[in-house]
Amino acid sequence: MSTRLAKGGRLIDRTTKLEFSFNGKRLTGHPGDTLASALLANDQMLVGRSFKYHRPRGIVAAGPEEPNALVNLGTGARHEPNQRVTTTELFDGLEATSQNHWPSLEFDVGAINNKLSRFLPAGFYYKTFLFPRAFWKHVFEPIIRKSAGLGKAPKDRDADRYEQAYAFCDLLIAGGGLAGLQAALIAGQAGLRVIVMEQAAHWGGRAPVDGVLVDGVPAGDWVEATLSALAKMENVTLRARCMVAGVYDHGYVLADERVADHTPGDGRPKHRLWRIRAGRILAATGAIERPLAFAGNDVPGVMLAASARDFVVNFGISPGDRTVVVTNNDDAYLTAIALKQAGLDVAAIVDARDNPTGPGVDKARALGLRVASGKAVAKVKGGKRVVGVALCAQAGEGTATEELPCEAVAMSGGWSPVVHLWSHCGGKLLWDESLSCFRPDAARPPLNHDGSAMVLALGAANGHFLAGDVLADASQVAAEAVKLAGKAPGHGAKVATNPLEGATMAPVWVMPQGAPVKLRSKMWLDYQNDVKVSDVQLAAREGYVSVEHTKRYTTLGMATDQGKLSNINGLAILADSLNIAIPEVGTTTFRPPYAPVTLGALAGESRGTIFQPVRQTPMHGWHEGQGAYLEPVGLWRRPFCYPRSGENHEQAVHREILNTRDNVGLLDASTLGKILVKGPDAGRFLDMLYTNVMSSLPVGKCRYGLMCNEQGFLSDDGVVVRLAEDTWLCHTTSGGADRIHGWMEDWLQCEWWDWQVYTANVTEEYAQIAVAGPKARMLLERLGGMDVSAESFPFMTMKEGTLAGLPVRAYRISFSGELSYELAVPAGHGLALWEALVREGAALGVMPYGTEAMHIMRAEKGFIMIGDESDGTVIPQDLNLDWAISKKKADYLGKRGQERNHLVNPDRWKLVGLETLDGSVIPDGAYAAAEGVNANGQRNVEGRVTSTYYSPTLKRGIAMGLVKGGMARLGESVTFPKVGGGQVVARIVDPVFYDKEGAKQNV
Amino acid sequence: MSKAVSALGGVSFEGFVTVREMGPLGMISLRAKPDVKGLTAALKVAAGLPEQRRIVMDGDKATAWMSPDEYLLIVPYDGVGKAMEALAKKLEGQHHLAANVSDARAVFRIEGEKADQVIAKLCPADLAQMAPNEVRRTRAAQVAVAFWKDETGYTLVCFRSVAAYVMGLLEHSAQPGSELG
Repeated sequence: MSTRLAKGGRLIDRTTKLEFSFNGKRLTGHPGDTLASALLANDQMLVGRSFKYHRPRGIVAAGPEEPNALVNLGTGARHEPNQRVTTTELFDGLEATSQNHWPSLEFDVGAINNKLSRFLPAGFYYKTFLFPRAFWKHVFEPIIRKSAGLGKAPKDRDADRYEQAYAFCDLLIAGGGLAGLQAALIAGQAGLRVIVMEQAAHWGGRAPVDGVLVDGVPAGDWVEATLSALAKMENVTLRARCMVAGVYDHGYVLADERVADHTPGDGRPKHRLWRIRAGRILAATGAIERPLAFAGNDVPGVMLAASARDFVVNFGISPGDRTVVVTNNDDAYLTAIALKQAGLDVAAIVDARDNPTGPGVDKARALGLRVASGKAVAKVKGGKRVVGVALCAQAGEGTATEELPCEAVAMSGGWSPVVHLWSHCGGKLLWDESLSCFRPDAARPPLNHDGSAMVLALGAANGHFLAGDVLADASQVAAEAVKLAGKAPGHGAKVATNPLEGATMAPVWVMPQGAPVKLRSKMWLDYQNDVKVSDVQLAAREGYVSVEHTKRYTTLGMATDQGKLSNINGLAILADSLNIAIPEVGTTTFRPPYAPVTLGALAGESRGTIFQPVRQTPMHGWHEGQGAYLEPVGLWRRPFCYPRSGENHEQAVHREILNTRDNVGLLDASTLGKILVKGPDAGRFLDMLYTNVMSSLPVGKCRYGLMCNEQGFLSDDGVVVRLAEDTWLCHTTSGGADRIHGWMEDWLQCEWWDWQVYTANVTEEYAQIAVAGPKARMLLERLGGMDVSAESFPFMTMKEGTLAGLPVRAYRISFSGELSYELAVPAGHGLALWEALVREGAALGVMPYGTEAMHIMRAEKGFIMIGDESDGTVIPQDLNLDWAISKKKADYLGKRGQERNHLVNPDRWKLVGLETLDGSVIPDGAYAAAEGVNANGQRNVEGRVTSTYYSPTLKRGIAMGLVKGGMARLGESVTFPKVGGGQVVARIVDPVFYDKEGAKQNV
Repeated sequence: MSKAVSALGGVSFEGFVTVREMGPLGMISLRAKPDVKGLTAALKVAAGLPEQRRIVMDGDKATAWMSPDEYLLIVPYDGVGKAMEALAKKLEGQHHLAANVSDARAVFRIEGEKADQVIAKLCPADLAQMAPNEVRRTRAAQVAVAFWKDETGYTLVCFRSVAAYVMGLLEHSAQPGSELG
């Protein structure tokens, strides 16, 4: 059993107890514990079930590479699935539950898959669920989805807050171990702006655990001294609990800071995503130990040798009274020594090498430990926990020569540099024969904008595994980075010594070498996705040669740990099966993030009311106060209608229309784009932008205009007002304001840069209110201050003055067909003017109306709407707007485009009015059916509806549409089939349904 | 005449810094080339001619460089009319555009020892590299903003329609306990 030792544990505070629960069981730990060490202290070796076979699984590692021990953390609004116990710091009240089992962790029905594993080989899904085809969707997929998956997705809204922050530096150092801290000293003293990020809560990495001496003092002491020296440097920032997740082009880096994971509910942001622009990145990310592939290497109690050492030294944990150490290298001897020194038994050091020699072997023997050389683990005994191992000859086929009872197995298959950050932007790797690992190829780094190396790897991440080499490499690489930044390197520590200097390793990919299939099918490569040695070999036999294909076929390295433990072992097996060298197989692609980043951190502040900007007019609060139903228009929210109690939206819209037609209505038109255009060439410029002539517009007059893109397609429309001899005000659609302003600037800056024209987008300077209806003039007269009589203020003119004591610019324009004024007032007075209109209009029956009433009223008048009648394929001529296209002008944007033969084709669909014979409303988007079918067997069509409404004014369905032949077919009928059967027949009529002669607006 | 109101009515928030909406503030967007005759004299309507990417401040007036042919003149809200007239007079006959944008904007003050941290959470701007009196046009989360720094804090300007969004951002970023260090 695993338990807490009586003493030891450099990171824990034994004087304080923390309570936590696992699957409801109340347990205790200490501050400084990870959830992993606290579970082991309570003999909770079984932590979860595997993904595919539901095999019992325990803690394998002590860091972010942990594949097995994932739990549901927290409950309700703080529930998070797939949390690694090895990186979860213990806190008082922590609640964790295990994943992927039913009904319980100890007894799991899904474990039947384990017995059936012979029938669930690599590619099982692809092979089995192909036929019959319909079964996939209705039978196989639902069952697979139910049985698959690890943690449960949270159901509640996340109770925590998240944020992001930007940072800039000359040098970002990822990793706060020996190499990272040494580099920080050298770069910090050089005066560079340095950020050092360490994913763990503690600095120093492995060095303090492994008994490294730095300049003659224990590494832990050197780390403390170095941290306080760095803290004094203003140009150095240290961030613990902050994982560099990804490196992107141009020195862009994302890092995930776990601000309050360990103090939930204290009001701080749970995570903070750092978005960093770094001049250069130093990857001091260390190395990850590899498992060995022997039968039963996944039984709880089997763990990585260095991780076992971490648990003993850092947390005072005994992984078991008796441990068997299995290794192909010297480093694992440190674990044996640490266990022995902690007073625990080491049953044997099973060394696959034939005659290992060196300081580790000597020291182990001196401590009286048995070194079984040339030996291998034939099989691990036990189900839910290790009870022993059977040994065999490494060179043989697995015949057990002896059995050793034990509670834990510490394995080491060598080390792999963490090359992820080096590789994210394309840094290349080379295969190191002596270390049996891929390490960064310094000659082929990821590049910065200037062609220099964007990322430099150092220390263990660069393939230097012994402390002395780590320090020397860090010094050299940091100095190089400082020099690249044009500064003189500072000084760090001089020398580091490792207790096992001169350590070596020998590659061992399968244990024993000649293991038969029975053993190979119990050798786990990818613990989380249940991929075994036999699966990779099967894939190779079935013809898979690419490592990328094999990965996807077998799912090797595709789990949440992204193959941190399994990749190298897997591709070594693949290389062996294909009988090619490992570098020829190559690696799969390393992609960000290095380890999973919670979605909350990626979303940052973007949730709730600030999920996205909602643009508000000055009258927005009033609308909300009236209970207006709002609709999105671009990023604006505009009132769709103002329902009164007992009204549905349709009834409200109809009331608003009838009231506007009979009395007077108010529309908040503040969202309309307003662009000032001024200069000696402004008239010429507008003549190019609009299809009609704007330069001839007299001062004080308004004119409706159309804008097209170069292809000739209708892009925007609006009323242009000439404010002064050299100044025009262009109104655009609400959604088009920014786009049209950009369009104007594009032409002025890039094409007609010598024209003297300035533009200014003054959309938000003004609140704009349409006052429409037969009583509109009476209402303005009640406000007082401006002569609004028909004589002094005729249709399509502009007037500046005051109304209700407010500075107003009024335009007599109408989009509703009624007598109408649009009043522009500085936004800070917008609400005051609106409220004055409501107050003074009460006796006249004034009512606000929303966008839907506006849409219907314009349709009744046959006015087009950009986005309804136009869709990017429609030219003004299609909409019978030839009157707004100048024949005299030599050019305008779109003129040439409109002359193309497709656009002058007389068969183009053109705008018509549509009146249903039965008075009903044609469904939106309906197509008019024609005779016959096309080459695809689809019904031919001859037109489509672009706007369709029930007109409360005319008390019948009205519509506009684009129909082949257009108005030449006046009086003919067209048929619109309905979805779900039936059809509507409509007569082609004039699109102006209401007040054709304009009697109502010209009063 | 009723008094013009700012977008949020002068709302404020106390976090690890103080955030408050200012205004309304008089603002004129002036577009003119730097070599236009009379520009230096015209900009005295505010605080004179700023260097590239800088703001000059003079009491309650300021001039900010916004682009190679755009300046932002800041004057008291009630003085905009006069300032516009003076500009028109001094630049008469010269190609320029002056627009009153006082009501198109919302202005915030962020004050406190750690005011820069609030900005750093929202704007991709390297604050440590900013020169004294530098104006930074950038974005705060999803919207365009401009800001500058003085002795007591930052002034941040955005469009009026997104004032509530920006206030929400600032409140979120100034929450006590969320200091960056």
